[in-house]
Amino acid sequence: MFRVELSKASRRWRTLLLAAAFGGIPVLIAVAVQLSPPTQQGGDAPPFLLQIVRNGLFAPLTGLAVIQPFFLPLATGLFAGDAIAGEAQGGTLRYLLVRPVARARLVLAKYTATMTLLASLLVWVIVCGLVAGGILFGVSALPTLSGTTLSVVDALARILGSAFYMLLVVSGVASIGIFLSTLTDSAPGATVATIILAIASQILDNLESLRAIHPYLPTHGWLAFTDLFRFPVEWSAMRGGVAISAAYTAVFLGAAVLNFRRRDVTS
Amino acid sequence: MNALRAAGLTKRYGRIPVVDELDLTVERGELYGFLGPNGAGKTTTIRMALGLIHPSGGEAELLGERVGTRGHLEALAQTGALIEEPGFYRYLSGRRNLINFARAGGSRPDVRARLRRVDAVMEQVGLADARNKRVKAYSQGMRQRLGIALALLGRPDLLVLDEPTNGLDPQGMREIRMLLRRLADDGTTVFVSSHLLSEVEAMCDRVGVLSHGKLVAEGAPSKLRGSADRLRLEVDDEDRAASILEDMPGVRVADRAPGILRLRLDAPATPPAVNAALVRAGVEVSALAPERETLEDVFLSLVEDAGVPG
Repeated sequence: MFRVELSKASRRWRTLLLAAAFGGIPVLIAVAVQLSPPTQQGGDAPPFLLQIVRNGLFAPLTGLAVIQPFFLPLATGLFAGDAIAGEAQGGTLRYLLVRPVARARLVLAKYTATMTLLASLLVWVIVCGLVAGGILFGVSALPTLSGTTLSVVDALARILGSAFYMLLVVSGVASIGIFLSTLTDSAPGATVATIILAIASQILDNLESLRAIHPYLPTHGWLAFTDLFRFPVEWSAMRGGVAISAAYTAVFLGAAVLNFRRRDVTS
Repeated sequence: MNALRAAGLTKRYGRIPVVDELDLTVERGELYGFLGPNGAGKTTTIRMALGLIHPSGGEAELLGERVGTRGHLEALAQTGALIEEPGFYRYLSGRRNLINFARAGGSRPDVRARLRRVDAVMEQVGLADARNKRVKAYSQGMRQRLGIALALLGRPDLLVLDEPTNGLDPQGMREIRMLLRRLADDGTTVFVSSHLLSEVEAMCDRVGVLSHGKLVAEGAPSKLRGSADRLRLEVDDEDRAASILEDMPGVRVADRAPGILRLRLDAPATPPAVNAALVRAGVEVSALAPERETLEDVFLSLVEDAGVPG
């Protein structure tokens, strides 16, 4: 079931478009850095910033940071929101269910497929960034804000670690998307609702006056992967982010299965 | 073991029953026509039998397995279905669609067996030439054929087809009817719903007529029609004739037009007795002949009878 999902997604224009956008961003970043004259970049900034920016490892890392607030929710909404509602809308849901595919299994396969597609996109960002950055600047050890230097291998491991963390913390939003997708037969509805929710949550997470609710927001701690580049690595924010995402995943994936099993399929 | 069985099967939306304590049995190996006007509850019944809609009451069985049980999932694996329109991934080719459905669900050997049949079933429904075209570019009739191909993919023991000839031209309808007849003759149970009487009459072993969620008649198409033959009378004064005949036991006036009466006769009434009574009363009878009713008339009268409250 899961393999079928990936094969289907890989044959859709929207997946290719997303891949183009995700891959294009780190490439654009690298090219932009290359085009702006070094003097301007330097400016009053300390020389190590120049070292960071004109390094092939900079593009994938910045690429990840740039896609996270909007492009990642967009992709999550498209994959998760489409999961059940898209099948309902296209009239294929009933044929899958009488194949038969058990309802709980279908929801879980859709969740796994969504997460795998998101993981592929994140890896794709790193690959494109590395290739573009590597060609333009070469790859060298990365100085950090804590004053230490990361070897190329260590830096790469931490960049991959950042992507993995981003995947873990987007799981909550993906689960909400899949739950919404079991509520309606309109794929765009579930998709848009998921994207809005993720963005609204990030905005709320930035409002100081709402401090009290911050730890409970599904996107709380999304940016904490930057802690991987501190010395020593500060784990507490990342632990919090993973915990809240896991809680949202458990609740909404469970709700999605329950709701979908109970529901009449009239599409 | 029956192929399909409903006992007291009910589905209510709010208070309104769409399927109303339906009892229905389809035997193994028969080609059963499930007839009814749009909105009679055919699709809802089919969806309940396939486990897509949860019944409000009663129960449904597929190949002897109750809906909602683990066994029902296994029964579904032995069933091919077309539910309302076919549903496909429009951005994929017809062949790729069948491959995806073949891979979804079931054991590994099942999946392999289905994959091997993809080209054969496309050939069987006449889509061999269009198999690599995207479904987006298919005509409605081609989609319908692909839907039937999908239903046939798992070499099913039972086919449940909801209006399978929808959108087909007369030639296509005939082909599908012949295909279904052939499958039934080879031992597949076929349960086919339709609102087209001619279609059901031409191929089915047995017909059930559904109206307002209830089965109002069931039997062989010829029997269904034979039981309801009418008598056509030409008389000089149909008002007087009607008032005389209405007093006779077993006579019902089905239809009246100037100079013409159509009667439905049940025992003890017979055509000669009707004639004699009219002549005795001085009504001039210029013609009296049995009129073979079309299945359409039977159908309409059954459905109308059921629609009258009480």
